[in-house]
Amino acid sequence: MARLIVAIMIVACMTASAFGAERIRCASTTSTQNSGLFDYILPIFEKKTGIKVDVVAVGTGAAIEIGKRGDADLLFVHAKELELKGVEDGFFVNRHDVMYNDFVVIGPSNDPAKIRGIKTAVDAFKKIASSGSPFVSRGDKSGTHTKELDIWKAAAITPKGQAWYLEVGQGMAKTQRIANEKRGYALTDRGTWLATVDKDKLDMKIVLEGDHALFNQYGVMAVNPAKYKHVKFKEAMEFVNWIISKEGQEAIGAFKDKNGNRLFYPNAK
Amino acid sequence: MDYIATGFSHALKLILRLDPELLGIIFLSIKVSGAALAVSALIGIPAGAFLSLKKFPMRSAAVSLLNTFMGLPPVVVGLFLYLLLSRSGPLGFMSLLYTPYAMMIAQTVLALPIVVSLSYAAVSSVNPVIRMAARTLGANDYQTAVTIIKEARMGIMAAVIAAFGRVIAEVGAILIVGGNIAGLTRVMTTAIAMETDKGNFELALALGIILLSLSLLINAALHLVQKPKDARVEMEGD
Repeated sequence: MARLIVAIMIVACMTASAFGAERIRCASTTSTQNSGLFDYILPIFEKKTGIKVDVVAVGTGAAIEIGKRGDADLLFVHAKELELKGVEDGFFVNRHDVMYNDFVVIGPSNDPAKIRGIKTAVDAFKKIASSGSPFVSRGDKSGTHTKELDIWKAAAITPKGQAWYLEVGQGMAKTQRIANEKRGYALTDRGTWLATVDKDKLDMKIVLEGDHALFNQYGVMAVNPAKYKHVKFKEAMEFVNWIISKEGQEAIGAFKDKNGNRLFYPNAK
Repeated sequence: MDYIATGFSHALKLILRLDPELLGIIFLSIKVSGAALAVSALIGIPAGAFLSLKKFPMRSAAVSLLNTFMGLPPVVVGLFLYLLLSRSGPLGFMSLLYTPYAMMIAQTVLALPIVVSLSYAAVSSVNPVIRMAARTLGANDYQTAVTIIKEARMGIMAAVIAAFGRVIAEVGAILIVGGNIAGLTRVMTTAIAMETDKGNFELALALGIILLSLSLLINAALHLVQKPKDARVEMEGD
């Protein structure tokens, strides 16, 4: 019994020691964390300001929800309409465009639905739907999923419930793997694709890229201190101002993944 | 299959290198699950014994409820605690979300029903003759209870080990309330889930092997603690 109490006390002491430096919490997406971007840029920011940024990486939908509930100090996500809606509803302030990358449509190397050569995402989606080839969807309200749904909408197709439409509710890399196994098509972000295509031994190719509709804008914003008094607004704004500054933008531009691919393009105004 | 072989060699290399980040993650896993287990044992064993030894109305209903809670889905526990601990939730003022404490609470919720339920079963299966014997020898309520619990200790140990197995392998609840924050709330299971997501299968597998080895070590230690007493009991029995 005594040993148990001692054990609990030791645990309590150890956890207490984890606090100290000024920390802010950033709700963000799996794409920014899993690509290694944060591992590259956060130490630069921490060195400059002494502020430690704790990243909670979830889907964009969940990240926005976490921000709206006041459980983060700032957001770094990619679903511009939802972000602007959050600003309009008074949850977030000082939203800025930060950087972009792009989405690509991937499919089996032999391209059974003959998508290669098509110029727009909407036409490609129409052709996939009519071919009956499987389409694997994130189905998780992430930024990628939101983009995918926008394209279906523009194509005037309701994919939900169709036999060829598979909603997997998983992260990007897993969704790609499922598409590979099912010999299906998927919408993915270029960063995840480049980072995983060789490692996961995907027998897939990019079948469509470069359409303006596949542009993927990331935004940064602080949680509104008028809504939640406890948020560390000053420190959060230090990060926002740094990431949109020349220095922060250059850091984003300089970041390359393990294979030397440039994944994000700074575009703060 | 080569993934598995490289996974093993990768695991070995990781351990031998004593990478401080990995050590921190292992340490936090033990800390969180250990604390949850300690609290669960502290509350759960007496509660299980009480359930078994005291007769009260609705007892079988309480036992059925506890047995059901043994199967609580971790994600549901995580979500429920998230809403409770969130700034917009009733306990938001405590600032517990995304801290190791929140993870300990989540794992305690998962472990406690297992400890109570299995302790109850262990105590209930003690031969009633022992209770009568203790009474006959003049033991009071408390002394009788202690005698019976001592007799049930193998089963109670099994309860604690089962609960340990549940929490050390758990990922759904602690991912939600901990957030898998590097250097703060990242533990073995959430790191494995993340590396799998990233497509780093080798590293994920290596971490899995390390976690399993860790469980083996801890279980072996728990077994050793138990062993000398068994030997003594057997001698006494002769």
